[in-house]
Amino acid sequence: MTSAIVVSGLHKSYGSTHALDGLDLEVATGEVHGFLGPNGAGKSTTIRVLLGLLKADEGEASLLGGDPWQDAAKLHRRLAYVPGDVNLWPNLTGGEVIDLLGRLRGGLDPKKRDDLLRRFDLDPTKKGRTYSKGNRQKVALVAALASDVELLILDEPTSGLDPLMEEVFRQFIEEERHRDRTVLLSSHILSEVEALCDRISIIRRGKVVETGTLADLRHLTRTSIQAELAAAPNGIANLPGVHSLEIEGNRVRCEVDTAQLDALMKQLAASGIKSLVAQPPTLEELFLRHYEDDTVAAEPLAATR
Amino acid sequence: MKDFAGTATLVRLALRRDRIMLPVWIVVFVSMAAGSAKASIDLYPDVASRVEAANTTNSSPALVSLYGRIFDPTSLGEVSLFKLTSFGALLVALLAAIVVVRHTRGEEESGRLELLSAGVLGRYASLTAALIVSAGTVIVMGLLTALSLIGTGLPASGSFAFGLTWAAAGLTFAGVGAVTAQLTEGARTANGLTAVVLGVSYVLRALGDSASDGGARWISWLSPIGWAQQIRPFAGDRWIVALLPLALMVVLVAAAFALVRRRDVGAGLVRPRPGPATASPSLRSPLALAWRLQRGSLYAWGFAFLLLGFIVGNIASNVDGFVSSDSAKELVEKLGGVNGITDAFLSAEMGMLGLLASAFGIQAALRLRSEETALRAEPLLATGVTRVQWMASHVLMALLGTAVLVLVGGLGSGISSGASLGNMGRQVPRMLAAAAVQLPAIWVVTGLVVILFGFAPKLVTAAWVLFGAFLLIGQFGPIFDLPQGLMNVSPYAHTPRLPGGDFSATPVILVSAIAALLLAAGFTGFRRRDVG
Repeated sequence: MTSAIVVSGLHKSYGSTHALDGLDLEVATGEVHGFLGPNGAGKSTTIRVLLGLLKADEGEASLLGGDPWQDAAKLHRRLAYVPGDVNLWPNLTGGEVIDLLGRLRGGLDPKKRDDLLRRFDLDPTKKGRTYSKGNRQKVALVAALASDVELLILDEPTSGLDPLMEEVFRQFIEEERHRDRTVLLSSHILSEVEALCDRISIIRRGKVVETGTLADLRHLTRTSIQAELAAAPNGIANLPGVHSLEIEGNRVRCEVDTAQLDALMKQLAASGIKSLVAQPPTLEELFLRHYEDDTVAAEPLAATR
Repeated sequence: MKDFAGTATLVRLALRRDRIMLPVWIVVFVSMAAGSAKASIDLYPDVASRVEAANTTNSSPALVSLYGRIFDPTSLGEVSLFKLTSFGALLVALLAAIVVVRHTRGEEESGRLELLSAGVLGRYASLTAALIVSAGTVIVMGLLTALSLIGTGLPASGSFAFGLTWAAAGLTFAGVGAVTAQLTEGARTANGLTAVVLGVSYVLRALGDSASDGGARWISWLSPIGWAQQIRPFAGDRWIVALLPLALMVVLVAAAFALVRRRDVGAGLVRPRPGPATASPSLRSPLALAWRLQRGSLYAWGFAFLLLGFIVGNIASNVDGFVSSDSAKELVEKLGGVNGITDAFLSAEMGMLGLLASAFGIQAALRLRSEETALRAEPLLATGVTRVQWMASHVLMALLGTAVLVLVGGLGSGISSGASLGNMGRQVPRMLAAAAVQLPAIWVVTGLVVILFGFAPKLVTAAWVLFGAFLLIGQFGPIFDLPQGLMNVSPYAHTPRLPGGDFSATPVILVSAIAALLLAAGFTGFRRRDVG
């Protein structure tokens, strides 16, 4: 499988702030890749480097097999980009902007354009200055999704959309996936990424701290367990990877590293399980684990793979 | 009172944002008045010379319509400053209105006001603060202008009346800006509307002033600029007339407040019309977009240049009579003319058109930066458009736009001066050539914007400062006998004095080469730097 985007050891500083601090990222061709992190983590900076708008201080980046800085315009014909902040020309209509951006990219599919306008419920005759943030974003989304390109780079594309429109957006991304288009979707909305993405990279302070499929990443997190046993539990406290253990008579409550789940189950089963509740980890937990101690400047965890 | 909550904070915010712009403008206006007075006072040592100059001015309808009538031919102050009375009032009025629109509609359009409105901010706070800042600026400007005129030795009463003339026009048009800011959703459109009102006011005044003795002089009294002028500084100092523009300001401000109450934040009273749902087939390149964005401004400037050209050419036929005194002839020749007063006048005025066109060029090239900071360049540069193509689109608008402007001005002045001198066939090509030789210096200034944009984008507005410096060197250098080496720094110093003067190709080629170098360097810089 080839990679649409390969980035390694990317550094970018603005004065004394390090926006990117050795970032690695790989997006396989045909996958929907979630690029997850809070505001200011470096998502937009990475995307701008990939678009050749910023020049990296250090590191390698390859986009669709080319150099994003050297071959910018040539590569851009094969991709479409939706910025996080969409600003339109005040006296051009939405329809004009969609057509202009499409033509500069090498053409639009008019049928797809109409379909998108209808499903996003966007009026293309309004002037740029009269659109709300959500509608400006729709203009950029229609222009991007109606283009016949190999790669979509979307920077927090749903941040101004209402839940109904978010759903429409998800349907379109599902369709894109079936057409084997590659999508880099930056977001801080976990449910969106969880629902749409094949693989995820979590970025924190200019570095990717986790990357993999959702299943891979879940593996890293803790499952919370509540069990009622036939007899008093035994030896659980000595198992590796068991946290926040509470034992009341025959009841056990704990959190266990997903990797150690099997060992814990065996130990519990030895005492006879009467009832068991296991809550799978959510992406949110994984995310919080990386960010809750941000102020303490915790060490980034070892990446999987 | 809660409708006004937060006004003081907004005033401080506005002063913080304009802490450079407003003082610079005040200094420019004050020194323009004082400099002009100082330079002219020596030209008219006695009453006879003043009466002569004033009578020739008053007998030329073109001059009267441009600057207004001289009411008291014996008054040193009026004869020295008549060119700045209503013309200066026009500029002060423009500034006052722009300041109001900038801090009301401009803030609203950008969405920043909404951010603040969510805090403790009364609905009238933004308009009140903008009016306070604008009115404060023109009042300070009026006072300092008066003091500086007294400093040049002119009578105190007349000096204050002159300051009041400017301030009154400024206050009225602060009111006009307050109203137009409520009408439209875009600050540019609001400024455009203000400019129309201002233009109509100036034209009404010009029509009334140039009417014959028994004619329709009352038309001037329909114009706020006419009222300001009728205060007649140094010629009677009719303070009472100032009540008219002040009363109009009160009415306009009251209207603006009433309008604020009737509309939503962000909305205008004039609903924008829907436009086409698809782009026209020609909108398919960055240049087509740049043309679309800038054509409105180019049309307006082009019309103004054609008009200016006609006026200049028309005045040229009267110049011989106008500067009949020796000292005035000397002055015109000092201002850049050679061989014949008419040619000298035309060549000086073409120089003025060149300066004005440079301002268009700066503004057009600065679009690069405003598009970049508004994040509108980014989506374009993320398509198949190269950086050079995108940058070239707006640079071409600046280069070709300035060329169109000076040539249109040259054509207008060639036709009207040719018609009144009776040699159209000769005069039109001469004036077109005089227009064309302005271009290298204009393009150097455009090149300065471009090179700053390429290497120091945050400093790109410094191009205005450099342009202002060239302007000052050119206007005051000969009067204050600055060393030639310093004056040669200005690209305008090397423009051949056409029509009439000697044409030598060397400076034209050299200045053009400098412009080309600046442009090329700017493109190289932009290709290498970060966008955003």
